[in-house]
Amino acid sequence: MLQEPFSIGNSQIHRLDPRFKVVFATVYAFVVALSNRFPALIAALIFSFALIGLCRLDFLEVAKRIALVNGFIIFLWLVVPLTFAGQPLFYLGPFEVSREGVLVSARITLKSNAILLAFIALIASNTVATLGSALSRLRIPEKIVYLLLLNYRYIFVMEEEYRRLLRSASIRGFRPASNLHTYKTYAYLIGMLFVMASDRAERVYKAMLCRGFAGRFYSLHEFSFSRLDLIWLVVVTIAVIGVEILEWVKIA
Amino acid sequence: MGENSVIIQLENIVFSYAGGKPVLDGLCFTLEEGTKLGLIGHNGSGKTTMLHIIMGLLKPSSGTIRAFGKPIETKKDFLDVRRKIGFLFQDADDQLFCPTVLEDIAFGPLNLGKSPTEARKMAMEILERLNLKGFEERVTHKLSGGEKKLVALATVLVMEPKALILDEPTTGLDEDTNIRIITLLNQLDISYVIVSHEYDFLAQTTREIYGIHDGRISYRGDSNTLHSHYHKHLMGKFRHHHATLHSQA
Repeated sequence: MLQEPFSIGNSQIHRLDPRFKVVFATVYAFVVALSNRFPALIAALIFSFALIGLCRLDFLEVAKRIALVNGFIIFLWLVVPLTFAGQPLFYLGPFEVSREGVLVSARITLKSNAILLAFIALIASNTVATLGSALSRLRIPEKIVYLLLLNYRYIFVMEEEYRRLLRSASIRGFRPASNLHTYKTYAYLIGMLFVMASDRAERVYKAMLCRGFAGRFYSLHEFSFSRLDLIWLVVVTIAVIGVEILEWVKIA
Repeated sequence: MGENSVIIQLENIVFSYAGGKPVLDGLCFTLEEGTKLGLIGHNGSGKTTMLHIIMGLLKPSSGTIRAFGKPIETKKDFLDVRRKIGFLFQDADDQLFCPTVLEDIAFGPLNLGKSPTEARKMAMEILERLNLKGFEERVTHKLSGGEKKLVALATVLVMEPKALILDEPTTGLDEDTNIRIITLLNQLDISYVIVSHEYDFLAQTTREIYGIHDGRISYRGDSNTLHSHYHKHLMGKFRHHHATLHSQA
């Protein structure tokens, strides 16, 4: 079952206004993604690590998440340096490793890690519920916000229903193999899951109607922008400007 | 009996799902103020269909619906019915759709136009009344089956309904939750209809029992005299069974 281990905590970052964290995380992601010079990218990575540190999260858990993304990045390192056109750096048997390819891979590695760490610190430090309210306060269309919240609520129910179907299939001797019977069985399972999901959606909607739902969602959360948020606004503005300076100003 | 004391009145309701034969065929049903009644019937006998017609979730092909003395016809009429009649769904997972318990309970009051502060206060009060204090920040999908049912009941009761409709409230629940629900229902001073398969549960929560059969409703008797468990003693050579669905009271 999906857990929200990072949302528990009482660090300064946990106590910040979620709206502020969402806005800053978005701005920061763009700034880092559009930077290209190494001083700027390394500075951003250090800043992201600092955010994680201030969040006082379980480093092992964070490392696990980071490892997941870097698994994809390894594939990048295997392919891009060999295929990217540019000056040859060295030869690996019959393959030519290009300088530009290595640089591109290094940039992508730095960028994705910096952005991911910042998102863990700023976004994963809220529960999905709080995040939903924050997004709706930021004037994100209600339909998108509720798509997120209802997905989060019912993904477990759907998972349970899928497991139940799969169990009942395996109890009757179903063993997946590479044959038509297997593909057909999976197609039926998935089809049944869609039917169940649509039935469920209908019942949930009816239950909402019974409790006076008239097409508009209201939120219980009230957020306030505190002194702590103001201090952090200054900190992150300086960080973003710092990264931008490193990006644009040549340091000898 | 004056008009005011009638909460719901269905007259000659006919309903059929597309292409099928009528599920409800000239059904009449009345719920008066102060009555607690049970409704029993086969799977597919139209119990849930009837309840959904009362709430305006399904539209009958003919027949009239009156609630609180007024005919109910338009969408707006049904909005009013839904404010006054609480409906507990069979599957609590259908009812609880918000991430946290507090938000789910506050959903109804917020729809009724209460402010967030008021809604929060009402939610906390109902949690206390149902002995669910400390549940407010719990995540709904992580609750146990029994807890989900009780929270679902809280989401309905917080709207201060004048009557309740409960669709098979005890299906799949353990003994403890069953007892909590029985105690709670007995403390309520509003009318309710319970659809259930369990005579024993109905005997402890209702006074009269009606049956639904062939698309119509008939009176079955006082809930104390009806029960369905097999007796330990023998009658002749066989263990016997009281009050099957077709028996007339």
